[in-house]
Amino acid sequence: MSICALIVDDSSVMRKIVERSLRQAGLDLSKVFEAGNGAEALGVLAGNQVDLILCDINMPVMDGLEFIKQLPGVANAKDVPVVMITTEGSESHVLQALSCGARGYIRKPFTPDQVKEHVVPVLKGKL
Amino acid sequence: MTSANDSLAAEGVHAIWIPLLEMATREVFELMLGCQLAVPETAQETDAEVTAMVGLAGAMCGVLSVRCTGKAAALMASKMLGVEIDKVGADMPDALGEVCNMVAGNFKNKITSLADGCMLSPPTVITGKDYRMHCHADSATLQITLLFESMPIVISLQIQS
Repeated sequence: MSICALIVDDSSVMRKIVERSLRQAGLDLSKVFEAGNGAEALGVLAGNQVDLILCDINMPVMDGLEFIKQLPGVANAKDVPVVMITTEGSESHVLQALSCGARGYIRKPFTPDQVKEHVVPVLKGKL
Repeated sequence: MTSANDSLAAEGVHAIWIPLLEMATREVFELMLGCQLAVPETAQETDAEVTAMVGLAGAMCGVLSVRCTGKAAALMASKMLGVEIDKVGADMPDALGEVCNMVAGNFKNKITSLADGCMLSPPTVITGKDYRMHCHADSATLQITLLFESMPIVISLQIQS
């Protein structure tokens, strides 16, 4: 089954790397939306349904933690798994992200195998 | 044999962080660019044309910078994106900024007291050679030079108490 993903990162290079890693992980991506911060991502979700969200934490305008705190109020984000991909790798950041609703956490730098390891389990039932 | 990195401009107790800074840099290049960095055997002149900087604030304040030639920065972007070097274009500063951001994050995550207590700024990238960076008077500097595809890259951590 093909997957529609939303990649949220303020670096366009990193968004491309994440997309390539998802494809290298064997995911069949039907559509990939990109957003440069949490506010842009909420705008994407206002008009589009996605199956997976990959999100950075440190971003301008609206950071990744604030973004995922707002997801329960977004109809198109209901039950959509969120995996954080970030340089903030401390245990407290991980716990904070998980308590805000993230289903996975990948530290930069990362390999495609690590992306697969963290993303595939949260997509169970959609693949 | 001694390497150029034996003569690092390290000061005070922070000198013990040098191996961590080198490890953090090597990991970023191995995992994200798929290449090994080498230690230069002799001192390297770096005619740096591009500088990426990330600020650190909290338990430690300072600036981590990565400096290299435009050609090295373009090659980094090429490897990160999986495209030919002549197709990199405007992605070059963004790529070098991300390298700097990942080195800074990976470095601080290796030091327990900094992992939780230190925040990173978004990266800033300067293109050009004719500039001077002024830091707080009591700042110490850790600096290493590594070779990326035979081209020197200089990683500096300027620490403000």
